[in-house]
Amino acid sequence: MSESVMQFLLAFLLLAPLLGALAALLPAPPGLKGRSPEQAVLRHGVTVTGVVLLAAIALALGFDHDHPSKMQATTDISWIPALHVRLHLGVDGISLPLLVLTALLTFLCALYSYFKPAAGPAPKAFVSLLLLLEGGTLATFAVLDLLLFFLAFETVLIPMYFLIARWGGADRARAAWRFILYTLLGSVIMLLGLLLIGIKAGTFDMVALATDNGRSLTASVQVVAVLAIGVGLAVKTPMWPLHSWLPDAHTAAPTVGSVLLAGVLLKMGTYGFVRILLPAAPHGFHTFAPYLAALAVAGIIYGSLACLALAREGAKGDLKRLIAYSSVGHMGFVLLGIATMTPTGVNGALFANIAHGLITGLLFFLVGGLKDRTGTVDLDALAKGAGAALYGRAPRLGGLLAFAAVASLGLPGLAGFWGEMLALFGAFDPAAGLSRPAFLTFMAIAAFGTLLTAAYMLVVVRRVCMGAVPQEASKLTDVHTFEYAAWAPLVVLTVLAGLWPRALLGLTDPAVQQLLAGGTR
Amino acid sequence: MSPLAASAVQSVDWLALAPTVLTAAVGLLVLVADLFLAEARKPLLGWVSVAGLAASGLLLLPLLDGDRATFCVREADAATRACSYTVDTFTLVIQFLVLGGALLTALLSVTALKDSARGLPEGEYWFLLLSSAAGAALLPASRDLATLVVALEVASLPAFALVGLRHGDRKSSEAALKFFLSSVTATAVTLMGISFLYATTGTLYLTEIADRVQHVDSQFHTLAQAGVVLTLIGFAFKTAAVPFHFWVPDTYVGAPLPIAAYLSVVGKAVGFTGLILVTVVALPSYADVWGPALAALAALTMTVGNVGALRQGVARAHSAVRLLAWSSVGQAGYLLVPIAAAAYTDDSGEAGHAVGSTVAYALMYAAVNLGAFAVAALVGRAHARNRVADYRGLYATNPLTALLLAFFLLCLAGLPPGVIGLFAKVTVFSAVVDAGLGWLAVVMAVNVVIALFYYLKWTALLFRAPEGEPVRHPLPAPLTAALALTGIVGIALSGAPQLVLRFADTGLF
Repeated sequence: MSESVMQFLLAFLLLAPLLGALAALLPAPPGLKGRSPEQAVLRHGVTVTGVVLLAAIALALGFDHDHPSKMQATTDISWIPALHVRLHLGVDGISLPLLVLTALLTFLCALYSYFKPAAGPAPKAFVSLLLLLEGGTLATFAVLDLLLFFLAFETVLIPMYFLIARWGGADRARAAWRFILYTLLGSVIMLLGLLLIGIKAGTFDMVALATDNGRSLTASVQVVAVLAIGVGLAVKTPMWPLHSWLPDAHTAAPTVGSVLLAGVLLKMGTYGFVRILLPAAPHGFHTFAPYLAALAVAGIIYGSLACLALAREGAKGDLKRLIAYSSVGHMGFVLLGIATMTPTGVNGALFANIAHGLITGLLFFLVGGLKDRTGTVDLDALAKGAGAALYGRAPRLGGLLAFAAVASLGLPGLAGFWGEMLALFGAFDPAAGLSRPAFLTFMAIAAFGTLLTAAYMLVVVRRVCMGAVPQEASKLTDVHTFEYAAWAPLVVLTVLAGLWPRALLGLTDPAVQQLLAGGTR
Repeated sequence: MSPLAASAVQSVDWLALAPTVLTAAVGLLVLVADLFLAEARKPLLGWVSVAGLAASGLLLLPLLDGDRATFCVREADAATRACSYTVDTFTLVIQFLVLGGALLTALLSVTALKDSARGLPEGEYWFLLLSSAAGAALLPASRDLATLVVALEVASLPAFALVGLRHGDRKSSEAALKFFLSSVTATAVTLMGISFLYATTGTLYLTEIADRVQHVDSQFHTLAQAGVVLTLIGFAFKTAAVPFHFWVPDTYVGAPLPIAAYLSVVGKAVGFTGLILVTVVALPSYADVWGPALAALAALTMTVGNVGALRQGVARAHSAVRLLAWSSVGQAGYLLVPIAAAAYTDDSGEAGHAVGSTVAYALMYAAVNLGAFAVAALVGRAHARNRVADYRGLYATNPLTALLLAFFLLCLAGLPPGVIGLFAKVTVFSAVVDAGLGWLAVVMAVNVVIALFYYLKWTALLFRAPEGEPVRHPLPAPLTAALALTGIVGIALSGAPQLVLRFADTGLF
């Protein structure tokens, strides 16, 4: 496909959701009124996200897979000369999978909401916010300018706040406040770091910064910048001990909000680590890499232990909260992979990113479905001692839940396996200059974390899916057709990524090699 | 002609003076016309004033082609001529801000005067507003300390009267008295500082002071330093910087709402313009005195302002105006940051860029803050107590107004979709990071988060389901015009932030 078509596709990808968000607020034009205003606006959401997904797929097909390390579909226009902000867009092997994942998950969410609108006020604002959220996330992955990245990073805050605060469950107001105040504090501190890099290096352009590879930044500037930017990204990722907003936000958010929060928003943090910090300030990153790895490993163990505690009988564990804590653990693996500063580790991190988006997205969908049917996600209330016996009461739903759980614990052959294994491999042999014994210790502890993950996931499967079907228990409705439509793509991709990891690694590896080598190779 | 007469009689560049003079002339015209106008025709005065302010704004256009100066003299043994009135980019931008702010205030006032049903005397009101605007427009152009103080007083004295103008309103009179007494004290202190500066340098011209203050006899060094600090106090008061902020909330609540809007924008512009002129133009060599002082002042101001806004209960009477008052104190802190940063730069070009950040931020702030006040004026018509709680469910009855207010508040908070608010904050941050003031940057970062809490709380309230019977607010034409104007400016700037941010990139002087 010609470059100008690709440019158009990428620009369209960013603009369409924003225009769609505005259009959602206007009354439906004649001919598109549908059965009711609610239905019309929900359909509008499905249409726009569908078109965006098609554009993303077309972009992926047109992408030159022989040169994934090259920035493609680039646009570079001056926007605010006073601040040296340029509308610099482009995709390479690192951002392309994340763009497609975002477009896919948002489309599935819109589709799911069409048939099962979130409980709360009218869906008009819901659709508009969903599209605004999509626009912000897609922009985060497609922009190549530090200040534009910051703008995109901030754009998602307001829509997510309202999605939680207006359509959420119990205790939603407090959870929404925690989410936005925590992440805003992080991102404002990140802005200081971005400005420091931009002012000292004389450019805000990510490609130029990557090529420069930190040569025009002094050691102290790099250390301060990495600390400031790292804190902002770590809050978003989230890294232990800055994670405490996440479980509350997930527990209170509506199903769709949880799916997007875990599936896409968390990736913005890890993407920033790879795209900005690794190439632009390698020396500063080198200084903090062991600490980052230590905190990542702490997160893995902490997340798993928290999950085990929640899964215990009598703990009144909330399933959504449990999955949120499991996310802290999974993102720990991603951070560990990045902290090794090796191609193996970073590739593993990017793979684990995508895998986590698919699997955790699926898990939140399934738990949302379970809540619709039983009215609760409290493990004790569900299991009632013996087990919820989902296999007997709704066999397909139970089967899918078991599938997602084993995918999440990293069963070989499914998507969850490769990323975490590569991250551990990376830790086995970290980049030159990083303490090998320390990283070997981290690797051993993280490997132990996988065992803990397996333990709690299996406990969840036993307590939710298994058990004798009691006589008086009513059968639950099994999976609806629309739920199949929303969930099947995630299942298929989980299996595909597990069996054919090359498809993804072939994209990311050349780009990662180039970033680590300093932008040019 | 004898040489003596030649130096006393000079040609005056009336075109350069035109914006200021026209504003003052229309003010006098309105005052006189008020005497001869029948009671029913009084609203005409308002429209004359609006037209006058718009015309004054248009008179800025012919001045765009280059710098002008008038009232110049060559002082004894001085190398260059020193001018009292200079029109450069800085002057033009601030005059645009002042006249635009006054125009929007006038639009809000037309409705307020109509609603007050003779509670406010029309002729006096318009005269005072236009006089104050003329003073505020004179201030950025004045380049000697005497003109500066005269401009400051011309801008302030009518404002005291405007605050206390509501007949028989105890609160209004009390607010005016509070405002007056504290302001007069500040002015007296400033005059004292100016006299010290004059004593040490022997001149009132800013550029001359900048030159001579470097060669002050070491005996007078302390005197000069004291002069610098005392001069700044008066302007800090106008900017409502902490600890000179205590008059703000009560004055804003007691004043007619358009006047509160006027003080929050034009009043502040007067303050920080004076600060810039005194610090960056007149006393760059004393940067080590005023730099840390302004940095501390900025940090204190934004923290106290934002915490004050945070503590406002939504159900308290007049809490909307109180919140905007405290938030304006917080915003004044952000405005001071780049001026403080200018002290830490090496060359004057960099200092100009830092000051440009203040100007860019002020333009953004003026547009969105006046927009927020316009919505407050609209809601205040139906709900006399104007509580934040009264804004609940505004979206259900006036969707467009609610969306605009949400946009203005998010601009003030600096979060998308308020893109211009975000980039204005970025320029301020950029100036402070550039100057290496890390601690101030962190204080400001924390403040941005505190501020988000109350701005977003208000925003979220707009979209909640209304309590009880929703009241639809009818939109009078002048208010609609003010809303449309501020909304268009805000949205246009969000699309093309370069329109204002370019001042942060070019030399203003």
